Amino acid sequence: MAAEQAKIDPMHQFTIEPLFGSADWELAGVNIAFTNSALWMAIAAFALWAFVVGGMKRQVVPGRWQMAVESATGFIDDMLAANVGKAGRKYVPYIFSLFMFILFANLLGLLPLGVVGLHPFTFTSHFTVTGVLAILSFSIVLIVGFARHGLHFFSLFVPHGTPWPMIPVIAPIEFISFMVRPFSLALRLFVAMMAGHVLLEVLSSFVISGINAGPVYGVLIAIPSLALMVGIVALEVLVSAIQAYVFALLTSLYINDAENLH
Amino acid sequence: MEPEAAKLLGAGLAAIGAGLASIGVGNVFAKYLEGALRNPGAADGQQGRLFIGFAGAELLGLLAFVIAALLIFT
Repeated sequence: MAAEQAKIDPMHQFTIEPLFGSADWELAGVNIAFTNSALWMAIAAFALWAFVVGGMKRQVVPGRWQMAVESATGFIDDMLAANVGKAGRKYVPYIFSLFMFILFANLLGLLPLGVVGLHPFTFTSHFTVTGVLAILSFSIVLIVGFARHGLHFFSLFVPHGTPWPMIPVIAPIEFISFMVRPFSLALRLFVAMMAGHVLLEVLSSFVISGINAGPVYGVLIAIPSLALMVGIVALEVLVSAIQAYVFALLTSLYINDAENLH
Repeated sequence: MEPEAAKLLGAGLAAIGAGLASIGVGNVFAKYLEGALRNPGAADGQQGRLFIGFAGAELLGLLAFVIAALLIFT
């Protein structure tokens, strides 16, 4: 079949390649070669640093840049104040870094740099990366919860007003829903980013194979696919922001559980 | 049935889950908008809950995608 030849592997874009260093750069049995994933993490961190430093001039009449940074921190501050209350203020640095890092990562991965030959790599489309971020959030919840409430933290598994005969039923369900949190956090971000990029890759393979198959297919398939791609990219920008927001929101809700029980 | 064919059929069936999750996500936003138009003053305060509901509904659709990907690629 002709379609077989032009088949494009939509998963290829997620391969991690060492940029410099090789398989024999090992530290305690773990490969430490500098990969494209690490490069884009560094770029995201650097872009975030540049964004925040540019807004830290502390002018009395803020310029545009300072307003942008202040509205971002204010947004996180409001979110924590609404969800956690007064105790939430000390988590602003963590939630802000988490939110902005994920947001920058998602948006940088969408940059159309492939046109000039650079290939942006969305490291949030890897479960290892999002998993570490989720474990970070989850361990903060555990540490804060046990430090503030001690063993009383286990009352999280018995909601207020539960009739006592129901406790053996409710407690395991609450326990499972608590333990599933890091997985659901990590899985949501990773799958949302991966699904979007696979979709874009599949659509772009339609465009390329459609053009290669001749003018009729080019008009019937390639042009509608290209139009759809433009729309999907806009949707992906929205999804990037929503996923970063949801990650930060859910983390702040879990921190609320740890701070105030419920 | 060959196991390979059954896997691909299963992956296709998992796409039903993704479609149903889209109904769920639509429902979340539709109900929010409905409520927000009735009482615009209370709408802004409930945006956090809107996104919690969205995240819950969306997660189940994404799980369907994970199942499909697992069936195809492993």
